[in-house]
Amino acid sequence: MERDKHFILGIFDDEDILLSAVKEVRAAGVKIHEVFSPYPVHGLDEELGYTRSRLPIAAFLFGLLGTTLALTMQFYMMKFDWPMIIGGKDHAAFPDFIPVTFELTVLLAAFGMVGVFMISSNLKPWAQPRIFDLRSTDDKHVMAIDIASNGSVDLEQIKSALKASGATEVNSKSFE
Amino acid sequence: MAQASNYNLDQKFDFTAPVKKVIFFLGGLGAVLLLIGIIAAAFGGHHGAGEEGGHAFHWTKRLYANLWINNVYFTGIAIIGVFFFAIQYAAQAGWSTALLRIMISFGNWLPIAAVLMLATFFIANHDLFHWTHSYIFDINDPQYDRIIDGKGNFFYWPMEKGSFPIFYIVRMVLFFGFWIFFFNKLKNLSLEEDINGGTSYWYTIRKWSAIFLVFFAVSSSVSAWDWVLSIDTHWFSTLFGWYVFASWFVAGLSAITLVTIFLKDQGYLEMVNQNHIHDLGKFVFAFSIFWTYIWFSQFLLIYYANIPEESVYFIERLSSDVYGPYIFVNIVLNFVLPFLVLMTRDAKRHNIFLKLVCTLIIFGHWVDFFLMVQPGTLGHNGGLGLMEVGMLLVYGAAFAFVALSNLSKKNLVPKNHPMLEESYHHHI
Repeated sequence: MERDKHFILGIFDDEDILLSAVKEVRAAGVKIHEVFSPYPVHGLDEELGYTRSRLPIAAFLFGLLGTTLALTMQFYMMKFDWPMIIGGKDHAAFPDFIPVTFELTVLLAAFGMVGVFMISSNLKPWAQPRIFDLRSTDDKHVMAIDIASNGSVDLEQIKSALKASGATEVNSKSFE
Repeated sequence: MAQASNYNLDQKFDFTAPVKKVIFFLGGLGAVLLLIGIIAAAFGGHHGAGEEGGHAFHWTKRLYANLWINNVYFTGIAIIGVFFFAIQYAAQAGWSTALLRIMISFGNWLPIAAVLMLATFFIANHDLFHWTHSYIFDINDPQYDRIIDGKGNFFYWPMEKGSFPIFYIVRMVLFFGFWIFFFNKLKNLSLEEDINGGTSYWYTIRKWSAIFLVFFAVSSSVSAWDWVLSIDTHWFSTLFGWYVFASWFVAGLSAITLVTIFLKDQGYLEMVNQNHIHDLGKFVFAFSIFWTYIWFSQFLLIYYANIPEESVYFIERLSSDVYGPYIFVNIVLNFVLPFLVLMTRDAKRHNIFLKLVCTLIIFGHWVDFFLMVQPGTLGHNGGLGLMEVGMLLVYGAAFAFVALSNLSKKNLVPKNHPMLEESYHHHI
């Protein structure tokens, strides 16, 4: 899929105005590509209609994998591959396996979660980030609207909707 | 976009007759079960192998052990209410403001707990605490015990070992005295804030909270050694204080969660929403895992090293027909259940899951204390029977009555707390 190239940007000064603007713009039938803000804005996810992240499910599954791997590895090593008596215990002394199992569960859950997050957010090392407006790292909130995905809505209508909802500037931005 | 809220800040909890009736019913049921248990033990219990070290086992011993389990357990839940209140101020937490009165109301049990604890100790001392026998410290006596003699000063200093345990009693009185003092101080400051307002009360409460937390850090640990660890006088565990604290803390958090949900169901605390409940659920979840971590840390090292003087503690429990199964009940109720049920976000945001898990956790941590107290005092004559369930219900009902009736006396919400507004907008 070719990446979208042409955007309309609404610049906002205030997070409360931004929140109500997101609501109004979406109500006007405009699809919002993304909102960039210098800090996390409470309630923005809900206003943008994002569904909840499924990252915890990935974390749980990777954790489960870690548990299984750790227990299998230890049982195999201690019971079958090279049985050893340690401290007079049975070869497969279950309580002894708990610390390693705990560690591997945490390790795989954490690494798996980070990996899945990077992949799903397209954060590969060679990724070229698209800077919509540098001020979104300073003191402005930037609402990016993809022109292509709003094919049916008139451009001027989008711009006036942004202005009406309290944007201090309305800009255009194109990427090569 | 701070909007003026129209919450009723002067609301008071109405301790209605139907609620009282439920509590009295549970307490009465407990009393009946307790009585049946006592009668069964007094008239039917002699045919068993009741001989232990030449002493015939007597049912009063089991009664005392039950009193002691619940004394320690409910003292813990009460002081955790004060502790969690103090934590909110020390951490400058805003989310919990509407819940502060619930936490502090638990502290009203402390004076009653102090009387019960002292009375039980004086009535039951030889039956519960092996170290109270004076012959242990007499080098000419055949039952002289060198190890306990070495620990004797911890109980008897500065008096002669085997006489009156002055050091032990002074500690008990001091701990309760200071805990009650801090509880009253924090409660009264919080209530005065309702009348006078301003931010100075918040700073004063934070100061007193910090002092209390330092005192509690030491006293919670030492009280665990005194009241629980000293039952198994020979045995020792260096993390026992945190183990008891962890058990208290989870039980206390569960009780706070249950009261919060109960009040919401009754239509109070409309400013408390699912975000607050979610945070309480997180606390219960996280500290259940903390308790497991402590429990397992204690177990694994003893299991792995397998030194007789240490592992006897777990052999008494795991190899016993009476207590063995409850070790697993303990772990399932206090770890597996909260871990699996409260893992998801949805479970922590729906009251039904929290009600179920918190109720079972309160029972589960009672089982934990049951396992700490009974094997060392009753041996194979113990068990979880009518007497145990009855006594738990009696104490639970009494505790609930004291906490709720004190909660109903003053405003349910600290209306002039400077962070109340922040609490409304809590969002996670």
